[in-house]
Amino acid sequence: MKYADEFRDKEIALGLARAIRSEADPEKSYRFMEFCGGHTHAISRYGLEDMLPKNVRMIHGPGCPVCVLPAGRIDMAIRLAERPDVILCVYGDLMRVPGSQGASLLKAKARGADVRMVYSTIDAIRIAEEIPGRAVVFFAIGFETTTPPTAVMIRLAEKKQLKNFSVFCNHVLTPPAMQNILESPDIRNIGRVEIDGFVGPAHVSTIIGTEPYEFFAEEFGKPVVIAGFEPLDMMQAILMLVRQVNEHRHEVENQYSRAVTRDGNLRAKEEVSDIFELRDQFEWRGLGLVPYSGLKLKRAYAKYDAEVRFDMNELRVADNPACECGAILRGVKKPVDCKLFGTVCTPETPMGSCMVSSEGACAAHWTYGRFRDHQQRRAS
Amino acid sequence: MKAHQRKLDIRNGCVDLSHGSGGRAMSQLISGLFHEAFGNEWLACGNDQSAFDVGAGRMVMTTDGYVVSPLFFPGGNIGSLAVHGTVNDIAMAGARPLYLSASFIIEEGFRFSDLKMIADSMGEAARAAGVYIITGDTKVVERGKADGLFISTAGIGVVPAGLDLSAGNARVGDRVLISGTLGDHGVAIMSKRQNLAFETEIVSDSASLHDFVASMLAAGGKGIRLMRDPTRGGLAATLNEIAQQSGLGFRLQEAAIPVKPGVAAACELLGLDPLYVANEGKLAAIVAPEVAAAVLAAMRVHPLGRDAAEIGEAVADDHHFVQMATSFGGARIVDWLSGEQLPRIC
Repeated sequence: MKYADEFRDKEIALGLARAIRSEADPEKSYRFMEFCGGHTHAISRYGLEDMLPKNVRMIHGPGCPVCVLPAGRIDMAIRLAERPDVILCVYGDLMRVPGSQGASLLKAKARGADVRMVYSTIDAIRIAEEIPGRAVVFFAIGFETTTPPTAVMIRLAEKKQLKNFSVFCNHVLTPPAMQNILESPDIRNIGRVEIDGFVGPAHVSTIIGTEPYEFFAEEFGKPVVIAGFEPLDMMQAILMLVRQVNEHRHEVENQYSRAVTRDGNLRAKEEVSDIFELRDQFEWRGLGLVPYSGLKLKRAYAKYDAEVRFDMNELRVADNPACECGAILRGVKKPVDCKLFGTVCTPETPMGSCMVSSEGACAAHWTYGRFRDHQQRRAS
Repeated sequence: MKAHQRKLDIRNGCVDLSHGSGGRAMSQLISGLFHEAFGNEWLACGNDQSAFDVGAGRMVMTTDGYVVSPLFFPGGNIGSLAVHGTVNDIAMAGARPLYLSASFIIEEGFRFSDLKMIADSMGEAARAAGVYIITGDTKVVERGKADGLFISTAGIGVVPAGLDLSAGNARVGDRVLISGTLGDHGVAIMSKRQNLAFETEIVSDSASLHDFVASMLAAGGKGIRLMRDPTRGGLAATLNEIAQQSGLGFRLQEAAIPVKPGVAAACELLGLDPLYVANEGKLAAIVAPEVAAAVLAAMRVHPLGRDAAEIGEAVADDHHFVQMATSFGGARIVDWLSGEQLPRIC
């Protein structure tokens, strides 16, 4: 497949793997967090762990928007969908995300709620046009990458003078979450896990550019390499991080230069800032309340804001106390350290956020990598 | 005096509730449309059942339901799919399919012209496969109670003496063969989904496999342990089932698994993995290592097996994992599909 196979070439990968092995200091350990779920998925899907030396370890970060959506927001969406006047449009992978007490949109749909799976924001607009008598709500989630399409959709609804269309906004921001991970007591005070560098987001950075990470690299003294989602992108980024660590540098480097610039997509950023504003705080599954990490619609667009329109109450639901997602998302623990992993928590019946989407650390390990646990057990 | 009855207006008419009521309209639909399409001596008798002779030996029986959406897709429709799917379930036992039943649940308002097209392609697929649709049923439900048309089938076939292909037969060291490219059917269906429509030249691989199976059995004999057609859940589900049932694991080579570039591209776009996408004219065979080359050669000379490949082997594994060496050089599990990748694919 053109434009994809070139970034999955085995020979080049083996060359990069050799370079990483020869440049990584065997006396040192290198712990890099890949922020994005897309990276986590690529690592597991292509078996990259097998190609890295033992002292280069990847820690899976919280960058899967489905995973970090808290149960309370799912409960809010279910309540909304249960209203007879509402059609709730969602992306498919949200359907199975667990709310409180095992509830999900899929189950609500089976009980009669009108929940429709859409592939694009445009589908939701089309449904609103086709069924003017019902209120169509788009369940908007995602990082900076998916926010511009939501903004464009609101513009479109405005232009078409759609009165039955609104958005349940759950858009979140990457830089505050990265900062939160490094500022959490687990990392700073207890110091159990050090992160030596970050593989920075791919698609998110096409929008926001590399500039927002500069403060972060400087402030925390951690190297950041923005990388694409293809496996060769990852391997090259890891090599670049190893070199930065070896040379005691902490800079923002851009491996994904074929798509990412320093300033990002100005037009998209402008659209987003026209329509959205920061929330004081937003809850992340596994991380808790993170200040200034979520977006909501500006007051001028309140008529498109489902939370205002339907007077939705904020719901907060505690995660299962045995669930280790918070520690796993921060790299303090691994999926196998959690008692729920693979017992009551599997991709079929996810309990914690990391098991929800295939991009989550636990789901990726369960689906692609759990054979290694048995190999390790046998070896020890 | 014989009551006058207007002919079915195939071009402009549609099914209404009277076509399922047991009256004259139903009889007309059955004789005018279904008998015409399936035409055989058993149906001509007009009984509520059909009698046929049973030879000595073992028989196999299977049943299947078809709810595919959309009803018409590149490479076939729900009718041809129903015949191929039922025939293949029989063929995977190494059996020769003989007779099918077909029952139709039709939503009122369904156009006769569409129904005729579907029945005709069922008849054509049955004739091509050398099987007969010898009994059937027609029900009509109110608008909104069925999505156009559902078909359920049953099939009967005979197994050659001494042959016992079964899911528990795989042994460590056996080779995994597949008959061709993966994911064609699923991608063809997806390309026509209303909210997903994209342009592709991929057509469904829907086909009857029993003749192909016979040529494999001729080449591999008892060295062929078992066969499965990887429909819903794709090759991943099939191999995981076999791993469980035979109490072993598999190790696959990703680079050896044939996937058409168009299918790979569509999967890339939709975030799917071809290993999990449905096929309707492909099979996976687990064969003894000593016959693998001969069976593969026999597969490749058959039109349905031109792209056949050996893709891995059975290994001892208490956890019954299906593992795969990725073309990139790493390793991973090929797990069961979790959740629903795409509803109503067949």
